[in-house]
Amino acid sequence: MRPEDLKPEQFSGYPPEARKLALDYLDTFRRLPLSFLPNLLREVIEFDFKFPVERRLLEKELANLRSLSQQSLRFWFQEFTEIRLSESLEKSDWVTSPAQFVEQLSAHLWATHQMDAFRHAALSYADRLRTAVAPELPASPRFGIAVIGQGVDVAPGPLFRKLRPYGAYFSAVNPQNGLQHLLEAVAARARSSPAPYAHWYIDGGEALPHPSEVICVSYKAMEQVRATILARIHAETQKRGMGPEALRTLMAQLQPADLGASGGDPALDRFRIKLLTEASGTQIFSTSFVQWAAREALRRAQPLTVLARFGPRRRQKPMNEMLSPSAEQVELDPVGSLVDADMGAYYNWINQQRLPGSEKSLFLAWFENHQEAIAISPTLPRGTVSTGTIDLRGVLSWMT
Amino acid sequence: MVITFGGGARDQETFAPEGQENIPHLMRELIPQSAFFTQVVNRGILGHYVATASLATGVYETINNFAALPPESPTVFEYFRKALKRPASDAWVVAPSNGFNRIGESSHRSFAPGWGAQVILPKYLLGAATSGRGDYGHLLRDSYETPLYAPELGGNTFELEQMETILKLSVDDFRAHALTLSSPDELSVYIVRQLMRQFAPSLLWVTLHDIDIAHAGAYSLYIEGIRRTDRLCAELWKAVQSEPEYAGKTTLFILPDFGRDSDEDAGGNGFQHHRTGDVISRTTWMMALGSGIRGGVVYDRPVDSIDLVPTLGSLMGFTASLSRGKPITEVL
Repeated sequence: MRPEDLKPEQFSGYPPEARKLALDYLDTFRRLPLSFLPNLLREVIEFDFKFPVERRLLEKELANLRSLSQQSLRFWFQEFTEIRLSESLEKSDWVTSPAQFVEQLSAHLWATHQMDAFRHAALSYADRLRTAVAPELPASPRFGIAVIGQGVDVAPGPLFRKLRPYGAYFSAVNPQNGLQHLLEAVAARARSSPAPYAHWYIDGGEALPHPSEVICVSYKAMEQVRATILARIHAETQKRGMGPEALRTLMAQLQPADLGASGGDPALDRFRIKLLTEASGTQIFSTSFVQWAAREALRRAQPLTVLARFGPRRRQKPMNEMLSPSAEQVELDPVGSLVDADMGAYYNWINQQRLPGSEKSLFLAWFENHQEAIAISPTLPRGTVSTGTIDLRGVLSWMT
Repeated sequence: MVITFGGGARDQETFAPEGQENIPHLMRELIPQSAFFTQVVNRGILGHYVATASLATGVYETINNFAALPPESPTVFEYFRKALKRPASDAWVVAPSNGFNRIGESSHRSFAPGWGAQVILPKYLLGAATSGRGDYGHLLRDSYETPLYAPELGGNTFELEQMETILKLSVDDFRAHALTLSSPDELSVYIVRQLMRQFAPSLLWVTLHDIDIAHAGAYSLYIEGIRRTDRLCAELWKAVQSEPEYAGKTTLFILPDFGRDSDEDAGGNGFQHHRTGDVISRTTWMMALGSGIRGGVVYDRPVDSIDLVPTLGSLMGFTASLSRGKPITEVL
């Protein structure tokens, strides 16, 4: 089926708000190339479970597409129309299952050596969209915090090497009450700039007490859900003919209710289980979980504050054993986790810098209960070292 | 001898200045003897089986990365054995997971069945030797690219009994030695050394894979994999020097099958995967050393990863007629 043949009844399986949105823009969809449209529908079908900023951005994107003249549309989508699709892709039910289509499209693009062309088309589209739709600047500068190295006595090597060129490295931080200072700073920001899903606390272990205005995602709280997912994966992989694509599709179709993870906030419930059903390594390594959760929170909710505290992950066991639910006691690898988290902190900063307002953003990474920290802020000189004694409250005050 | 450097590694964790601490053996022992190519570009599909198949055929293969399928174009092993009339014992592949079982021989019509390389999957053998008993779990890791799934074996499988009769390695010795090792790639290197002693094959292809643990998102394990692979490459080169059949008459090529995603590409998640197709994930390096190679030279011109097979053809005396690559003249 081609986009120009789209009919309203084909969206009957969409959740209510997504269906309404799709029907509002049906005429626009009919004008878009098939190599592009299912990617857009993959976002539309999730509309009911999106965070407020995601909804606004999607609505702006759709409004922009509707506003384009036929000539502009040709210009915007020239590269997409040159992508050759297979007959099986054209015949697939891409309206009902756009995510599956996108997965099959990806395989087709690789196999037909069109991945580079598609990638170029997608980047050009994103550039044009950024120009056409003004970004939403944050109400106050974003602040990312990474706490790394829980349970480590001595770091195996120098820390924050990738972040140091961008900020001030503090080598004599007084660690006393450090976590408390950071949680207080997050709580103060939540009070002074209240907004839905604007302030997050992600913990690789058990969450510490935090104010209710702060969204919390913790590895410990997801324990039961992780066990259920791993049991499900284990059962499915025992079935004959179960391949990676089929398993991925099955995982992506899991709903919070299937996993006993409905907590009364559909967007957040969905966000939490996607961290486990659509990512790699998050089911087994808490460090991967924290890094991915922070990345997804930043990408999707565009929060003002993210405190990500990495905990020690389990020691590496064979992948097949890790994926088999077992009551066996978990052995931890604190030093390896510190190395993971050091890189994770760098990725958190990169992901924060991808958001609007990055020139004013703040970032702090601290080696938990130790004296090392790196602070990045427009007020601090880059690539500098401070050896003077200071506590984290002092570092925070230097940053603002 | 060709070694694929372990499941995709980026320059920044290997030969870029900040990565050199992870590859002390390559830097200090092998590089001074090598012709080093700083830009090897893989323009094909960035999945490990299909990319390794492309390296081995000199054509960008498009087979399903996760199925037990043979390459569609003739392999270097078929060109070599048919042109030089070499026996089956003269070309071997040692590979990490079930999915690689068909890599030794293509489905191409121009070659009748039987001209390919014999393929050994050490993990499969260990699994058979231990029947899941004992403390061997660390050596039986599944594919990291799809940790949830391993393809069923297809084609001829090198079985346990052949290990005793062909490699002269008893199951008990194999099991006992495996207990002293820490990773699947160490097991592969152990098997390679047995092959070198028993057959001294003229063409030996070793696919290392430990680095691909990166898919689990743990940076420390990715780095650990690179350091282990660095050590194993040096061990294999030392083995070459110590075996009379190889010393002084062996050329070694070491190259990753591809890189991994850039930290800067928003479509990926940095080192964890190789999905974006960005420049960093496509561009990597290659070193060639040993017999006939002028060492200590760095070449910055881009070469293509499918240039390997015609280069091997020129070095060994066969023509890879259906390869799409070009011989790398700097090593000829």
